[in-house]
Amino acid sequence: MEALKEELKSKIIEQLNLEDVSVDEIADDDPLFGDGLGLDSIDALELIVMLDKDYGIKLADPKEGKKIFESVGTMADYITQHKTK
Amino acid sequence: MSKVYVSHNTIVSSLGYDSLSVVQKIKDGRSGLQTISDIKLLDQPICASIVDTRKLPNIAKEPNLEEKYTRLEQMLLVSLGNVIQASQIELTDRVGLIISTTKGNIDVLDHDSPFPRERAYLAELGKVLKDFFGFKTSPIVLSNACVSGLLAIAAAKKLIAQDCFDHVFITGGDLVSKFTLSGFNAFQALSAEPCRPYDKNRSGINIGEVSASALITKDNTNLAKESVVILGDASCNDANHISGPSRTGEGLYRSVKLALKEAKSKPEGVDFISAHGTATLFNDEMEAIAFNRLNLQNTPLNSLKGFFGHTLGASGLLETIVGMHSLHQNTLFASQGFEEIGVSQPINVIKKTEPKPMDTFLKTSSGFGGSNTAIVFKKVSE
Amino acid sequence: MMEKEYFISSYCHIRNNTISLNGTTLYQEQHPDFKSLAKSAYRYFKTDYSKFFKMDNLSKLGFLAADILLKNEGILPENEENIAIVLSNRASSLDTDRKHWESIRNPDTYYPSPAIFVYTLPNICIGEISIRHKLYSENSFFIFDEFNPSHLFSYANGLLDMQKAEKVLCGWVDFDGPDYEAFLYLVNKKGAIEHSIEEITRLF
Repeated sequence: MEALKEELKSKIIEQLNLEDVSVDEIADDDPLFGDGLGLDSIDALELIVMLDKDYGIKLADPKEGKKIFESVGTMADYITQHKTK
Repeated sequence: MSKVYVSHNTIVSSLGYDSLSVVQKIKDGRSGLQTISDIKLLDQPICASIVDTRKLPNIAKEPNLEEKYTRLEQMLLVSLGNVIQASQIELTDRVGLIISTTKGNIDVLDHDSPFPRERAYLAELGKVLKDFFGFKTSPIVLSNACVSGLLAIAAAKKLIAQDCFDHVFITGGDLVSKFTLSGFNAFQALSAEPCRPYDKNRSGINIGEVSASALITKDNTNLAKESVVILGDASCNDANHISGPSRTGEGLYRSVKLALKEAKSKPEGVDFISAHGTATLFNDEMEAIAFNRLNLQNTPLNSLKGFFGHTLGASGLLETIVGMHSLHQNTLFASQGFEEIGVSQPINVIKKTEPKPMDTFLKTSSGFGGSNTAIVFKKVSE
Repeated sequence: MMEKEYFISSYCHIRNNTISLNGTTLYQEQHPDFKSLAKSAYRYFKTDYSKFFKMDNLSKLGFLAADILLKNEGILPENEENIAIVLSNRASSLDTDRKHWESIRNPDTYYPSPAIFVYTLPNICIGEISIRHKLYSENSFFIFDEFNPSHLFSYANGLLDMQKAEKVLCGWVDFDGPDYEAFLYLVNKKGAIEHSIEEITRLF
């Protein structure tokens, strides 16, 4: 689980081009959207693609993303339970 | 400044190959959208409106048209050819050509395409049209997302006012392509059902393809009978987000306000609005907010996306042409797919096609990059 | 029609690893590609706008040039100035179009990215500039097979004559494979250089 969280943090930084953020600056429960990392609607869509591409998870309803992408912690929980690759 | 008119026009679409037959289908409430399963487009069925280019009237009278010209070029050649012919205008150095498109021949990036990759350059598309018809001036390609078609009309007006041209032909078109569908699908924006602008049960957009062409001119002789004069135009950016519509409708609000100001018109002087209405949750909501801020909430309004889908770079021009016919025929066209209001602010979506004496309409478009354009058109009084 | 005289008050070039303002080189450094140049220039000019790194090459190119030019003009977002943006190029957004195409070409690796797709329109570059500088103004993106000073000249004059803008940020922003070139200039009601086709051609 810890390894997955670290992996997610570096993936988020790389995929979403967060140039000025480093892995150790993101806490497991930091909010990703809003005041946290300040991600926006395109980033949310990009995270949906990441789930599909890297973990074989297809979100049936994009609205589900809101809960899943609350923080690195919630993402890691969801991926652990649902991943197919 | 002398008046500038939108005159002769043609629509090439799944509903027909000239404006009058297309408008008749709209009056009859017949949509050009259909479900298509084609793995070459998307790995799931889509709802779209597609032009059957094999059935295009070969006005060009050239053999092997389909070998020399891409699908999009064939569509543009037919619609632009019709308009040039109807206008009887000689193509001198006083005649301009504007091509409004977002992606042009993007399908030639596909390795299966028989056309060279270079054809994807939009200036190449301009060159094809210029050479075919023998335009004397450099073609101007306008690529400004989903406002391109409407912005092209405003651009033509500016260039005529600057005395660059006496007449400008505008042709607009975009394809239903794997390129575009994959992107909008990744945006979770596609609806598998015919789209339902402003409706409670709307679930996203359909993509459609048309080619629309029109003559913009300052010459009031030989005008088409459905011609309109451009009273006012404006384009304002949301300055907010590159893909999401502004929550306050700021850019659209400012665009309409300035267009009405130039038109010396008041909200109550607008007989109907041909709005953008893509049927995404956020776009339609944004428009409802902007129209309420403008005190246009009671003005009859439609979106034509339920007939054609979103035709991208052609949409503003296509919808202006339909609006011109609506004015000329003194008939409000129902907003296809609408049943129950599904935006938070009241707007007067047209439910039934019915006669109404009219003079003026407002056309609006909004698109990626925060762009918005509004133009006020008025019937030409004989 | 009102015939007024307009001027070019600033201009900026980005090409060949060099960034210059009004003909004076501000920054020059060898870089293997534009991405690396853009990152380094971003730091050098203390741009401080983290969304910069999410942009595609075309937007970065136009954004950097606009940022340098408008800062030099003392344009502040809070003043909400009415500055129209009229850009042009040859390759539209083809650089990014090819990236999107690569992501969907092969059914086994079919993962279209929303963050790439959104940049497959050239006018997104104008959107990025508008957001940064709070410009709620007219914007148009034109494509030509080569730099077309007479079109930009007439279009800018049209916007100013019809009072649709107070100033117009004009130019050429082209990105195609390894090649990049930006030339932006501000058409103003005052300034040292006459706004004419000859001057635009000379500065380009």
